Amino acid sequence: MKNILRYVIVRAALTLPMLFILLSVVFVVIRVMPGDPVSSMLGGHAPESVIEKKKEELGLNRPMIFQYVDYLWQICRLDLGESMILKQRVIDAIKLKIPATIELTFFGMLVTVLVGVSLGAYAADKRRSPQDYAIRIYGIVIYCIPVFWLGLMFQMIFGIWLDWMPIAGRTGARVFASTFEKTGFYVIDTILIRDFAALKDVLIHLVLPSVTLGLMLSGVFVRLTRANMLDVLKSDYILAAEARGIRHRRVVYKHAIMNAFVPILTMMGLQVALLMAGAVLTESTFSWPGMGRLLLERIYMRDYPTIQGVIVFFALIVALVSLVVDIVYALVDPRVRY
Amino acid sequence: MKHSPSRKMAVLFARFAVMGKKYGVEWWILVVGAAIITGVVLMAVFSTAIAPFDPYDQNAGPQLSPPSRTHLMGTDNLQRDVFSRIVYGSRTILGVAVLAAILSSVVGITFGLISGFAGGFFDKILSLVMDSIYSFPGLILAIAFAAMLEPGILSITVAVAVIYIPTYFRLVRGQTLQIKEELYVEAARAIGASGRRILWQYIFPNVIATTVVVFTMNVGDAIMIEAALTYLGLGLPPSIVDWGMDLSMGRRFLPSGVWWLITFPGAMISILAIGFTMLGEGLAEILNPRLLEK
Repeated sequence: MKNILRYVIVRAALTLPMLFILLSVVFVVIRVMPGDPVSSMLGGHAPESVIEKKKEELGLNRPMIFQYVDYLWQICRLDLGESMILKQRVIDAIKLKIPATIELTFFGMLVTVLVGVSLGAYAADKRRSPQDYAIRIYGIVIYCIPVFWLGLMFQMIFGIWLDWMPIAGRTGARVFASTFEKTGFYVIDTILIRDFAALKDVLIHLVLPSVTLGLMLSGVFVRLTRANMLDVLKSDYILAAEARGIRHRRVVYKHAIMNAFVPILTMMGLQVALLMAGAVLTESTFSWPGMGRLLLERIYMRDYPTIQGVIVFFALIVALVSLVVDIVYALVDPRVRY
Repeated sequence: MKHSPSRKMAVLFARFAVMGKKYGVEWWILVVGAAIITGVVLMAVFSTAIAPFDPYDQNAGPQLSPPSRTHLMGTDNLQRDVFSRIVYGSRTILGVAVLAAILSSVVGITFGLISGFAGGFFDKILSLVMDSIYSFPGLILAIAFAAMLEPGILSITVAVAVIYIPTYFRLVRGQTLQIKEELYVEAARAIGASGRRILWQYIFPNVIATTVVVFTMNVGDAIMIEAALTYLGLGLPPSIVDWGMDLSMGRRFLPSGVWWLITFPGAMISILAIGFTMLGEGLAEILNPRLLEK
């Protein structure tokens, strides 16, 4: 147990420099690049004096190094600053949008694991058969289809032609916003107040976005599961299980899949970066009011503190998830600890 | 008859088939990938000859007409010919993706070589920086870059290139660390070769081979990032013909059932990305037969 604790501390300490570097990269990208937030904010034709005044107000005319130290100190206090355009703290804007993104990514991940793992396991079982090749080609092709285009095609087919599902937003017009005041997670909120008509509405709005996002990642999981399953299926205990006369289906889809699952769990952690990127695009396509939409909206508004805040927030999430995955992995597999 | 084109084709095909027998399905994956890329490259090079209309011509046909014989892929809301815009758009996406891959490979390989060869404090810091960027969602970083830069070909290329530098850096640094210990490097050092000579004459040629596969895959990935950025309205001014921008313009007409404005640009992006990925996959499996085991 002492060993694990030491590992956790060392691993957490290693996350700090990584975060520090990411924060610095974000800072440099935003300040050093050509294009001045103030003049783009006020429009190209604002008089020099107005621009100067606004700059002073925002502290943008001080030496870079002071701004940098201030910025780091601000983040150390877990304060992401205040929006330049709207009178709103950045952290509040994020708090408002994060549940939508988490809901989308959770259901997206669910689709990914269901589709990816089952197809991958099936392909490994039927190795070198036409089905195997078809699934491998699916893995390559689905990875190369831009997620936003996949979303648009789904909207076209299931939303417009077949008219089965809504193509935008988290709820229909009939559901009132006051239904969702408790947690911001619509699925949980509707269950809490036992409004099952609203729950149905929320779920049907979730189908297309989460399937789109989930399928995008499923290619990676097909490959990974297939490769892991091939290794597992070669092992002695699978042969032993078969020898004992357990049905082949059961051996493959119960015994083998369980053993192939640990690397798949790690992969889920590593794919968080890809999942975030996919979520930004999916949200844009489905008018899903989450973090990605927030980022893009504020980019169009040139609201630099919020852009910076959202990117820092993404960095925090990625760092945190990789930390958690490593710790869980260390708990499961003792060889990882050092 | 000896030099007829059909005969040459037959000979070529026979050679392909021999390779196909030797390497199996992977060879055909490579060939299909290469064929797709060749097709799109030809389209980009001969745009003026292939496109029936000027891509900017706002009088090419009726507004929002579905695909027909004169307008193979229909027309958009500004009465422009979609097919011609697809043909010309191939130039933008290919140019940006290939240029970005070249840029990031040159920077990444150079730093990777130097960092791995020099070692020490410099190597540690650089590795940490690269690892940090590598772990961050590439698209979001590219969005941040593209949002800060003036829209233009160069800025979108830079925005796409930045996120792939760590990929090359990590690969090349690892390889350099290995090769540095090889006997022939030691021999070169023993006969008095300078550090720079060892790096460029002995290590570099051995490292470069492995980056070919990564480069191909990288172009495929860069295509999707480029398309994503322009789809989000970042990185390029509206005066440039681009598949991603056409897609985001066509999206507005989706609720009224205009399918051709989104189907064709998106399909082209996918096909091109698939081409590069297949070429990369094929190369990877043929150059490294151990991967075939998997």
